[in-house]
Amino acid sequence: MAGRAFQVRHLAGVAAAALLLFLTLGTLGAVIWRADAGRALGPSDWAAVRFTLLQAFLSAALSVGLAIPAARALARRRFVGRGLLVTLLGAPFILPVIVAVLGLLAVFGRSGILATALGWFGLEPVSIYGLHGVVLAHVFFNLPLAVRLILQAWLEIPAERFRLAASLGAGQREVARLLEWPMLRAVVPGAFLVIFLISMTSFAVALTLGGGPRATTVELAIYQAFRFDFDLGHAALLAVVQFVLAGAAAALAFWVAVPAGLGAGLDRRVERWDSRGALLRLQDGVVLGLVGAFLLLPLTMIALGGIDAFAELGASVYLAALRSVGVALAAAALCLILTLPMALMISGMQARGGGRVVEAIGYVSIAASPLVIGTGLFILVFPVADPVALALPITALVNATTSLPFALRVLVPAVREVEASYGRLADALGMGGLSRLRLLLLPRLRRPIGFSAGLAGALAMGDLGVITLFADPNKATLPLALYRLMAAYRVDQAAAAALLLLALSLAMFWIFDRGGRVDADA
Amino acid sequence: MLTLEQISLSRGDFSLSADFLLEAGTRTAVIGPSGAGKSTLFDVIAGFTQPQGGRVLWMGRDLSDVAPGKRPFSVLFQDNNLFPHLTAAQNVGLGLNPALKLNAADRARVAQALERVGLTGFEGRKPGALSGGQQGRVGLARILLTARPLVMLDEPFSALGPALKAEMLRLLAEVLDETGASLLMVTHEPQDARLIAGQTVLVSGGVAHAPVATETLLDNPPPELREYLG
Repeated sequence: MAGRAFQVRHLAGVAAAALLLFLTLGTLGAVIWRADAGRALGPSDWAAVRFTLLQAFLSAALSVGLAIPAARALARRRFVGRGLLVTLLGAPFILPVIVAVLGLLAVFGRSGILATALGWFGLEPVSIYGLHGVVLAHVFFNLPLAVRLILQAWLEIPAERFRLAASLGAGQREVARLLEWPMLRAVVPGAFLVIFLISMTSFAVALTLGGGPRATTVELAIYQAFRFDFDLGHAALLAVVQFVLAGAAAALAFWVAVPAGLGAGLDRRVERWDSRGALLRLQDGVVLGLVGAFLLLPLTMIALGGIDAFAELGASVYLAALRSVGVALAAAALCLILTLPMALMISGMQARGGGRVVEAIGYVSIAASPLVIGTGLFILVFPVADPVALALPITALVNATTSLPFALRVLVPAVREVEASYGRLADALGMGGLSRLRLLLLPRLRRPIGFSAGLAGALAMGDLGVITLFADPNKATLPLALYRLMAAYRVDQAAAAALLLLALSLAMFWIFDRGGRVDADA
Repeated sequence: MLTLEQISLSRGDFSLSADFLLEAGTRTAVIGPSGAGKSTLFDVIAGFTQPQGGRVLWMGRDLSDVAPGKRPFSVLFQDNNLFPHLTAAQNVGLGLNPALKLNAADRARVAQALERVGLTGFEGRKPGALSGGQQGRVGLARILLTARPLVMLDEPFSALGPALKAEMLRLLAEVLDETGASLLMVTHEPQDARLIAGQTVLVSGGVAHAPVATETLLDNPPPELREYLG
């Protein structure tokens, strides 16, 4: 009896997991099937592999290295605007990459603030394109993530330990050795690996700031083989390389146990007795000031530059914005449709261990590159329909897949908590199947559902990935339209479009997240 | 009539056995030291836990394959008896239909039940806007409405103060009088047992003993109960 009840209850979860497996591994299979057997990697492919690993390593090392002093300063200081700074650290996650790149160009680009300042001293401007541009953008995105991860670990050191250390007369050096070093040794490898993985699979940054024989990532090489040469065999070979690289990094990251960065409670500050000196205070102030400026300046430049040109935006940009909103809403809906049944299944099966298998399937899409999924879908769709006509639905589907691990991470613990608190009552009242979903789970999960939908929507809104593969000039999304404006050096309009995209992404997240909170009964 | 037929289960160091019956119309308290297995016994009868051996029967019918919601029992837990996102009326209405599909007659019965426990005018309030005592009354209104033949309570109203709790137990007794239901109540308070239950099951040493008259048991406690009562 239990067996049949299980099958019926988890049918949707099994279907979702199967679809996800198809999208990640199935598309990879389609790509491999098209790859030319026996074809080896050429010199430029090896250069792409080397560049991918090098930039990912540098991005991760710099992000984590800079995050340690910043997290320490945030952990031990209280000041006006600290809460705002912590909130700001969460923003890059939903910030469209292309917008950030435009902001970074305004600060570090050829005619940016930095170049102007260097000009005053008669120095040549630094080029932002190439390795250091790619690394700079990755640090911009991942430094905040690293700070949040490390800050969390810092605040998890019990306050009593610091008090004990102080009572033993430990100074800053001793506290670092006794308390902080062991904590860092536990959290830093995981943070490093997750940023390494993100930087390795990032596409839009390499597309806009990289390129050329010396700054091409594997992901970018897939795009070029597909888009410029339409060499499916070559694209397929590179896709396999990318999957192996990302899969290895992801497996390593899970083996090391990546810390969860979505946790709340970062507004706490630990009372410290070893760091009261004026010099240390100054040091923390400088670190936080630099990090804050690094994050805020590019965004401010977008806002300032974009407002003036807003009136000049053509109808095509607004149409693209409309398409993007549609894609984002579809991606958010698809993400929930896939995640919810999986989350219900995982939380229901934990005791039997089968849940872990489904959970692992959910995380496969971290290792799967969106461009590989896109390439695979292209190959599969090509014989039966025109893939370009399906560009927008495919973009929504791929984005739903890439957001799924984050949604899963939020929803699984939430479902467990609801079942632990109210599962027995629902059982006693005979609430099963749909009535349980409608009357218990959905109302109690409003907040995590709103958050997940907002995340998926905002990520899809700003995504400049798989859409570039299919790009139909008449069916661009807003990020793609923005990329084209940039490529055409229409700087003012690009800034205005970026401001529009930024506003839409933030609104997308805010509205969903808010919707989950309003009138939610504790 | 509830029959516990050679019930047994064990997990690690913990074990519990029970083999007795409760006549229809009786009110039974279950007391014993914490960790002895009171709540496990409750879960076995309510259907949340499957025993390793033995059967639970109601009026001679084997309940082994009957899901908790389909057993002829209404249940109140220590806490979380109301869904915080549903109104008082909806929480009561769930007792009539777990999908909350209620017709006009059903809604009238819900209003009647709420009126019986003194909550007229509170239909649209959510639990967060009700006091602890009022929340207890909503739970009792649901029991009144489901009118199942056995009411099971696991440390009910333990979040309430003594006076409010006694008031709830009195209201519970009235509800039982009106529905003619039997009662099985897990408690750690001997006072509760005296107040409402004519007979008491003592759970200790891995055994749920057959019920004896509450006064007799509490006035002349066996050694293991005397140790617990202090």
